[in-house]
Amino acid sequence: MKDIFTKSVARNIYYGGSAFFIFLFLVLTFDTHQRLPQRDNREAITELSAHGKRLWEENNCVGCHTLLGEGAYFAPELGNVYLRYGKSTEAIKAFIKSRPANGIPGRRSMPQFNFTEEELDAIAEFLKYASGINTENWPPNIQG
Amino acid sequence: MKYQSQSVAKLYFIAAIGLFVGQILFGVILGLQYVIGDFLFPYIPFNIARMVHTNLLIVWLLFGFMGAAYYLVPEESQRELHSVKLAKLLFWVFLGAGVMIILSYLLIPYARLAELTGNSMLPTMGREFLEQPTIGKIGIALVCVGFVYNIMITVLSGRKTVINMVLLTGLVGLVVLWLFSFVNPENLVLDKYYWWWVVHLWVEGVWELILGSLLAFVLIKTTGVDREVIEKWLYVIVAMALITGILGTGHHYFFIGAPSYWLWVGSVFGALEPIPFFLMTLFAFNMVNKRRRKHANKAAVLWALGTGVMAFLGAGVWGFLHTLAPVNYFTHGTQITAAHGHMAFYGAYVMVVLCIISYAMPKLRGRVANSNKAQVVEMWSFWLMTVSMVFITLFLTAAGVVQVFLQRMGDTPLPFMVVQDKLEIFYWMREVSGLVFLIGLLVYISSFFIKGDAADETLLVEATSENE
Repeated sequence: MKDIFTKSVARNIYYGGSAFFIFLFLVLTFDTHQRLPQRDNREAITELSAHGKRLWEENNCVGCHTLLGEGAYFAPELGNVYLRYGKSTEAIKAFIKSRPANGIPGRRSMPQFNFTEEELDAIAEFLKYASGINTENWPPNIQG
Repeated sequence: MKYQSQSVAKLYFIAAIGLFVGQILFGVILGLQYVIGDFLFPYIPFNIARMVHTNLLIVWLLFGFMGAAYYLVPEESQRELHSVKLAKLLFWVFLGAGVMIILSYLLIPYARLAELTGNSMLPTMGREFLEQPTIGKIGIALVCVGFVYNIMITVLSGRKTVINMVLLTGLVGLVVLWLFSFVNPENLVLDKYYWWWVVHLWVEGVWELILGSLLAFVLIKTTGVDREVIEKWLYVIVAMALITGILGTGHHYFFIGAPSYWLWVGSVFGALEPIPFFLMTLFAFNMVNKRRRKHANKAAVLWALGTGVMAFLGAGVWGFLHTLAPVNYFTHGTQITAAHGHMAFYGAYVMVVLCIISYAMPKLRGRVANSNKAQVVEMWSFWLMTVSMVFITLFLTAAGVVQVFLQRMGDTPLPFMVVQDKLEIFYWMREVSGLVFLIGLLVYISSFFIKGDAADETLLVEATSENE
């Protein structure tokens, strides 16, 4: 065994195996790109939702919330918040607006971001778009 | 220490440990915010503290990797480092940039920081772990390119050992994959798809090459086992890391909008991902069992064995627990993920950096090993940090299981915040464990200041000329 499985065999597995799986990964990535239009709700991407995504990023929302299960685990999942709030962008906006500036004594609270009406629309639109992505029925229920 | 230029590593190691302390302090703040929700609110909200915690981790591990490379590459290449000046310059640039990024998180509202740094020109901010302002990301890229250039010239013009070549491929991969941190399309699915090319392919890809080569180096030096044997092990480990890890990226593509076949690809290759970590455990123990000498630095050997075990537990076992799609469907984005993240990062990357520091630092300070007294204190810190991390992981896992049960299963699932209240007891116990970890870290630092005569080594068999 020791004679057959030499260091150079191990080296060839390392370089050959890696190259093969990088290639396979790239092929699957190409195929994923072909299939995404049917799944990623791209028709809902508008100037408004793109602005919403930027606001999502520039206020570091992912530092507390998850979005499609990714982010921090300190605050609720927001990939399906549009559905949880009865498909109401107004309800989303109202929640964001209602956060007290100095928090809630002893409890977790979302900061008050003082968004304009237009910014609130954009964020809500972004979350609405996210809720339309085909996530293989994740999360298991409306609570996220 | 054989080559004068190796001494540049000392700067990097000191900075790494300093930033590590900052990371843990913010970890303790975060743990407290989990139970006292308004702690430091609105001055340091959770998201800011978390960003500081995770970014400090990334930056100090990079400092650790860089220091490790500057220490071991000259010795492996049997020549001085290409440019000590460049290494020193990049150190101050990186430290300055790192400290500025962290301070800007704390002193400037994040949205204002985005505005000040012109995020709208090339928006890259506000994605988990990649929160740095775009200019900061460019700075990190430049520092890493300069660093890899310095290492590459040294490696290619010197003795090309397997450790050097594996380390070099790992470092080149680190730089190339970092470029995907600049990819941020408006399409959320594509954003997430390529975000993982940095995050997963670093942590479960190229960083494992760095981990493997650092571990192999310390094992060659401390056990006196034949280089041929160690190098073959290293090849097998890193081969398995990439063979399983590249397609293992698929375990992050289950529920973010990617095609259904990723459920299978991610589950199968995700389930194989523990293999390289298991091999690392076997590797570390086998080499220590076969050792030809008892190195005077017992603490370094302990860290090497520790990283073998804890990387397997944290990355391997805790990763496997939720890597299968039908399980991940329920656990995705819960405290289970947090549990896995903590032990995996500690076991694999924190411990291997502390291992190389443990081996190299005494040499950089002019002795083979620290005094027995200092080593005993260091080993105490090993156990304090490691055991408390095991408890952090166990408490978070318990919290995660209850969370999944209450929030994701059953006929009347409860809302997220209601469930969080019910998890309070686990979060308190996690916080206590976190404080013990902090104590362990302070004990670790104190071990550097304990004097006494250097410990002796015992030769079991006549050591070869290379090992010392």
